[in-house]
Amino acid sequence: MQFWIIQGLNSLSLGGLLFLLSSGFSLIFGLMRLANLTHGAFFMLGTYFAATALRSYDELNIWVTALGVGIAVAAIGGLFERLVLTRLKTNPLGQVLVTLGMSFIISDACLMIWGGDSIPVPTPQNLQAPTRLFGFVFPTYRLVLVALAVAAAIMLYLLLERTRLGAMIRAGVDDGQMARAIGIPVSNLFTIVFCLGAGIAGAGGVLGGPILSAYPGLDADMLPLALIVVIFGGIGSLLGAFIGSFIIGIIYTFGTALFPELAYIILFLPMIVVLAFRPQGLFGRVGA
Amino acid sequence: MKWFAIAVIAASLLLPPFLAGDFYINLGSQILIAAIFALSLNLLVGFGGMTSLGHASYLGVAAYISALLTARYGLAHGAAAIVAISGTVAMAGLFGVIALRATGLGFLMITLALSQVLWGLAYRMSDVTNGDNGIVGLTRPAPFGISLESPAAFYWFVLIIAVIAFMMMAIFVSSAFGSSLKGVRDQPRRMAALGFNPWLIKWLTFVYAGFWGAVAGLLYVYYHKYIHPSLLSTTSSAEALLGVIAGGSGTLGGPAVGAALVLLLKNYASAYIERWNMLLGLVFLFIVLVMPSGIVPGVEQLTSRWRTKNQ
Repeated sequence: MQFWIIQGLNSLSLGGLLFLLSSGFSLIFGLMRLANLTHGAFFMLGTYFAATALRSYDELNIWVTALGVGIAVAAIGGLFERLVLTRLKTNPLGQVLVTLGMSFIISDACLMIWGGDSIPVPTPQNLQAPTRLFGFVFPTYRLVLVALAVAAAIMLYLLLERTRLGAMIRAGVDDGQMARAIGIPVSNLFTIVFCLGAGIAGAGGVLGGPILSAYPGLDADMLPLALIVVIFGGIGSLLGAFIGSFIIGIIYTFGTALFPELAYIILFLPMIVVLAFRPQGLFGRVGA
Repeated sequence: MKWFAIAVIAASLLLPPFLAGDFYINLGSQILIAAIFALSLNLLVGFGGMTSLGHASYLGVAAYISALLTARYGLAHGAAAIVAISGTVAMAGLFGVIALRATGLGFLMITLALSQVLWGLAYRMSDVTNGDNGIVGLTRPAPFGISLESPAAFYWFVLIIAVIAFMMMAIFVSSAFGSSLKGVRDQPRRMAALGFNPWLIKWLTFVYAGFWGAVAGLLYVYYHKYIHPSLLSTTSSAEALLGVIAGGSGTLGGPAVGAALVLLLKNYASAYIERWNMLLGLVFLFIVLVMPSGIVPGVEQLTSRWRTKNQ
């Protein structure tokens, strides 16, 4: 029983991390029709920044770090969007290729700066003691992580559904040309959403650090999971990203624990089933 | 002029084994292998409008099947090659069914996800693939009893296959089927209205491209006599895609030129710096921002712009 509970919590915390990664990816795709392959690299960059910051300054707290690193990665993403992606508005294939090129540059730069060894990110001290609930022992940090992911999902939902900015973003997602025609500054929205997505991924990288630790190839491990989440959940849908993240988190965690060698093949299954019956994904409205 | 160009190409392909040293002959073999691979990807990207970021799957899976069958189960090279190619083609058939549920960026994301899954498998199933250590001590086949151990002999072997591959793919794209493929790329709905089956045309092309990817994979593993999971990585797919786009996608010879340039750059650069991935990324940015239509058309555009400015 302890095995199932622990693995269940592990899958939820992985699902939470996947949500932080894939919600931004999905939003960017929905608004900009851009498959941002740099997204995994943004996440990894967040983890490496956290490793350096938290290991150099003892008094630094992981939540402040997540906020600061999130802003830093958002700034990097914003620069990239303004300097490179806007030049390629009419060339969607070119945009994907430069995001791929950028992911190579970032991951190689990380290898150059931080070396090839994996760097652990310390778990916050006040969360190191396990929590006892109903006679079971839970790692506290993972519980907090799940709660944070849910909180982030609620905040993103409120941002999109209850604010003026969110209304403009939704208008851009539904019909970009019409939104432009009625005076919504869609190109500025692109930058905002790209920064937001990159920032959430960077902050997600910080929060995932204590579980995953920073290592070369973290981006290549996380990006396909995020891709599968959005293919599964539906591109451009926040709800799809949320539900997809937790389902993929559960399948991947239990797959790894029960059939370690086949975990990656098991990941195929939900994707194939969804593509067979609903090519636009569970909650997708538009076909990619 | 056309005959002159053909003579130059023929000479540059036929003369190296007589004139150049072993290093350059080997480089020539690698370029030919990369060219076959890029041409097969170009069937999808250039002629089918299907940008795949997972083409290394076919390269890697064919190479792994051949390596495992010959090294671990002692199968003869001929039989192993047949199993490797048919196995890879079957996988391409399955991947095609999955990936062609989507078009455009969705297709790209699915091919990328599928190939990343294979890459992860190659690393993690270490009792099958030997993980990060790779499989060493592989051998080259000896067709008709001719040893391919010497660089020149292997070069001839690869050259023959590359010429066959080029001709087969040229026939493929200029055939009636090739025209219907281009029709589906440009106007899928009109083609459907005319009674063609766009899905089937794309799927058959996908499988055919997988076949030549598998051939390139076999040559790759014969050449290196070694295989490592990185052959399945996104970098490997991206290098081929860069070759296609740099050379000019949708042209017959362009991707071969592009693949040669990428390979030369990789070889030349790795002699001076270790950061191949970073350089690859920068070249991607450069090509897409400065010469989106490819190097050959890009250079022509730049020179014509320069000429009109100076008139």
